Amino acid sequence: MILHTEQLGKTFSSGDRELSVLSAISFDVKQGSSVSIVGPSGSGKTTLLGLCAGLDRPTQGRIVLNGQDLGTLSEEGLARLRNQHVGFVFQSFQLIPTLTAIENVMVPGELHGATDIGTRAADFLQKVGLGDRFDHYPTQLSGGEQQRVALARAFINRPLILFADEPTGNLDAETSEKVEELLFDLNRENGTTLVLVTHNLDLAAKTERIISLKAGRIVADSPTHSVLGSPA
Amino acid sequence: MFAWTLRMAWRDSRHSRRRLFLYLSSIIMGVAALVSVRSFGNSLLEAVDEQAKVLLGADLSIRSRTPFDDDDESLLLEIGGNQSRQTSFSSMAYFPDQNGTRLVQVRALEGGFPYYGNLETVPPEAARSFREGPFALVDNTLMLQFQAQVGDPVKLGSYTFRIAGRLSRIPGESVAFSEFAPRIYIPFSFLDETGLIQVGSRVRYTAFIQFEPGYDTENLVEEIEPRLKELELSSDTVQERREGFQRELSNLNNFLSLVGFVALILGGIGVASSIHLYVRQRVETIAILRCIGASPLQSLGIYLVQASIMGLTGSLAGTALGLLVQRLIPAVLAGLIPLEVENSISWDAVAEGLLVGLGAALLFAAIPLLPVRRISPLLALRREYESTGKRSWDYLVLAAYMALGAALLVFSLLHAPTWMVGIGFFGALLLVFGSLFAVAKLAMTLIRRHFPSSWRYEWRQGLANLYRPHNQTIVLMLAVGLGTFFIVTLYLTQQSLLREVELVGSEGRPNLVFFDVQTDQRQGIVDLLQAKGLPIIQDVPIVTMRIKSIGGRAVEELKEDPEYGGARWALSREYRCTYRGQLDATETVIAGNFEGSFVEGSVPVSVEEGIAERLNLAIGDQLEFDVQGVPVEALVGSIRTVAWRSFQPNFFIVFPTGILEEAPQFAVLVTRTDSASDSAMIQRDVITGYPNVSAIDLSMVVQTVESILDRLTFVIRFMALFSIVTGLVVLTGAIVSGRYQRMKESVLLRTLGASRTQIRRIFFIEYFFLGALAASTGILLSLVGSWALTRFVFESQFVLEPIVTLGVLLGVVALTIGIGFANSRGILDQPPLAVLRAEE
Repeated sequence: MILHTEQLGKTFSSGDRELSVLSAISFDVKQGSSVSIVGPSGSGKTTLLGLCAGLDRPTQGRIVLNGQDLGTLSEEGLARLRNQHVGFVFQSFQLIPTLTAIENVMVPGELHGATDIGTRAADFLQKVGLGDRFDHYPTQLSGGEQQRVALARAFINRPLILFADEPTGNLDAETSEKVEELLFDLNRENGTTLVLVTHNLDLAAKTERIISLKAGRIVADSPTHSVLGSPA
Repeated sequence: MFAWTLRMAWRDSRHSRRRLFLYLSSIIMGVAALVSVRSFGNSLLEAVDEQAKVLLGADLSIRSRTPFDDDDESLLLEIGGNQSRQTSFSSMAYFPDQNGTRLVQVRALEGGFPYYGNLETVPPEAARSFREGPFALVDNTLMLQFQAQVGDPVKLGSYTFRIAGRLSRIPGESVAFSEFAPRIYIPFSFLDETGLIQVGSRVRYTAFIQFEPGYDTENLVEEIEPRLKELELSSDTVQERREGFQRELSNLNNFLSLVGFVALILGGIGVASSIHLYVRQRVETIAILRCIGASPLQSLGIYLVQASIMGLTGSLAGTALGLLVQRLIPAVLAGLIPLEVENSISWDAVAEGLLVGLGAALLFAAIPLLPVRRISPLLALRREYESTGKRSWDYLVLAAYMALGAALLVFSLLHAPTWMVGIGFFGALLLVFGSLFAVAKLAMTLIRRHFPSSWRYEWRQGLANLYRPHNQTIVLMLAVGLGTFFIVTLYLTQQSLLREVELVGSEGRPNLVFFDVQTDQRQGIVDLLQAKGLPIIQDVPIVTMRIKSIGGRAVEELKEDPEYGGARWALSREYRCTYRGQLDATETVIAGNFEGSFVEGSVPVSVEEGIAERLNLAIGDQLEFDVQGVPVEALVGSIRTVAWRSFQPNFFIVFPTGILEEAPQFAVLVTRTDSASDSAMIQRDVITGYPNVSAIDLSMVVQTVESILDRLTFVIRFMALFSIVTGLVVLTGAIVSGRYQRMKESVLLRTLGASRTQIRRIFFIEYFFLGALAASTGILLSLVGSWALTRFVFESQFVLEPIVTLGVLLGVVALTIGIGFANSRGILDQPPLAVLRAEE
């Protein structure tokens, strides 16, 4: 089991008011599997993703990622865990604007202290079809290109688990399709577990399992084919 | 991992190096000020070390207020070595060819003094040759004043000398102060011919002694100390002279460093504010880095490295500039320093500049940088991330504030002459910065709370910009307000001091004083003045005396008594007293009653507050005076304060009438002339008839004080300039930092249909309010500051200059608007797309 969550809850306080965003969330994710978290806006999808990836701490409950209880780790420990075992893809690409494409891809490896990171980053950029764009800054790239750089960056450290937050949310249909293809290809190739947050059901259908959230609770959790029928 | 931090710092700075440098350039001026002052100061101290002997011109000097008597002479004989004698006193010099007179300091010299260094004269050989006949060396200021030439006659008393050369420099004496009392050297052998030394003449007798190299002068002085004391002689050695000079120079140096330090603090605040904005623009980048595994410390490290490198670059640039400026300082201090200074680079000063500059940059940058540790990676997922619950205090930020406060206090203490002044300086800094900060905060709150919703849109938008998110009201207030505060405080203080001096020369006030008037000359001079229609405004008799005993205890006994609370010099000095029936306008009795006439018993005298304290006197204390051989019993009848700076004869001790009338005395006569030529004419007439009488033309004194004050304020203004330039840099930095936001806003407004004129008007209104608020706060603070300075430090009358103050206010507002517009140039020409795509 790569990810285990147990009775997760998250409350935000705004002034005197307490707002419960997630409650009683429990699920497990098997190594190498792919899961979609779906639900309407405000259902708590992104919050749940943030908690599972160790970007934030739950108000209640427990998360175990790759055998490590996140609650026991310090900020430094969480950072190390994310660097070594977790990859991210964001809706708004989140490339570092002051770095070139190749530098953006290199950063996780550099943090890891990996050698030959330049060559590996170049390989990855070739793989995502940006062999001629190494030294371009994010502003000089189109949205699709930026997301491909983000994909290369997410996979450079061969993470055990990849969290993707609406990875095609900011892209047009044609580009979306290419990026999705690339995402699943890289995922398969690297044997990475994929946790995907989306409200695009077509994209969700490409994962093996769908967890549906509503108002901060899990309302359904079942294999994709049982929700949408067998894949064609 | 540090290598990664360095690499990231480098990459991250790629697009903002110029901006970062602008931020950190605010410390350049502060560092330059410190380095220039300290490096020059160290050169000066070195010069003092090397030229210490020149400062005295001999190894030892022994001085007396009375002619050397047999006992003194036998001591001098014992001391041995090469000896020179000098008798110096004030007198009038008369230049017959130019028909001009002026009060000068006459020095009659015998022997080879100066033994170290030279009297610099034109022609050079005159320094020696004047000793060989009826020749004089005349101070350059005097030669210039009367346009006298070498070879012209100059009359001192009843003897006429030929000018052998002009004196351009005397070792150990600064040029500026020769304006007060220009000097004339004559050979000792011609002193008697002048007939100038008479009753009441204040004469100083000095023996200059040179020993063989290696002779232990300090040891000798220690040995003869008791005898010097007994004979009422004072001594000065090279070592003492050096220490005295070094103390004074260090004080000057430290004072100027403190003025320069203000520039550094202002720069530091500029750094903090710019870095704050810079980090805000980097929040997303930091969140992404945190997401992909950078630890909180690694992300903080990137920006700390940037700040350090920029701080170091700023400090290096500041140091280089400081060393260049150092070359200018001798010109700034021209005439105030009695030494030849070889301007060398002081590596101590360079190290201090780099350290203080880097330290200031880091400490000020740390405050906005430390919160970087706490930027949540979650921000990469969603911008509107809300934290769960309240944020706890960041103790590291608190510690950074405390470290900064401690560093400022330590610097103030290290550079202030006393710890009280250090704390005062630190307190004043806090007060000025605190007030500017508080007014900025208050203004923002008030504008928001009482927003003029009925005003036109441009006005409302311009005003709202003062408190919108990311506003820079506070830093602009500090930069502009502090600069204004400096300019106005310096100006008002200088004007208040000058005004007081100028009052002396104003209509109806006495402006010409004759002193050393002997009893038998008094009536003649009074007649002369009256014949010219000049009023005798004051006719003051002066009797010299010494104190014999206090409370029945002899002065000698008191001097030996370790329990005696008074000052020993006050016991042994000669007192010049007057007698009269009433108080002067410049005097106020603070204890006892002033009695104007004496009937019988002990004579009730009035003692000035300061000297009463030094003599440890209280009302009713018994005093015995030795009035040139005649004992006079007196008691302290009253204690009074005296406005010493009123240019008229003032006295420590005033006797009532009815006791001193018959004592040997001389007089001071005070009159008023209406023009400089009248003054010159009457001086000439009096001096011709009565060569020993001296005259002081107060309008001349006013001019001299003005010129010295001008020179001193120029030095301070020069140092304050660093703060003002820093203020401009910080102002520019702050406006440049806000440029992108302004650009986005203006694009948005234009998209919504605003015209360029409207946007310009909004900018104008915003800068107008900022400038006006900052300048008026700065001016208010400076009114308080200069009032306190004139009132408590200079004990003088505060003078407000409304027109100049208003001028500064308008000027600063115009400058703020000008800089604002200059840096907003091009904003209006940006196509919206460029803004939307720009990164920062």
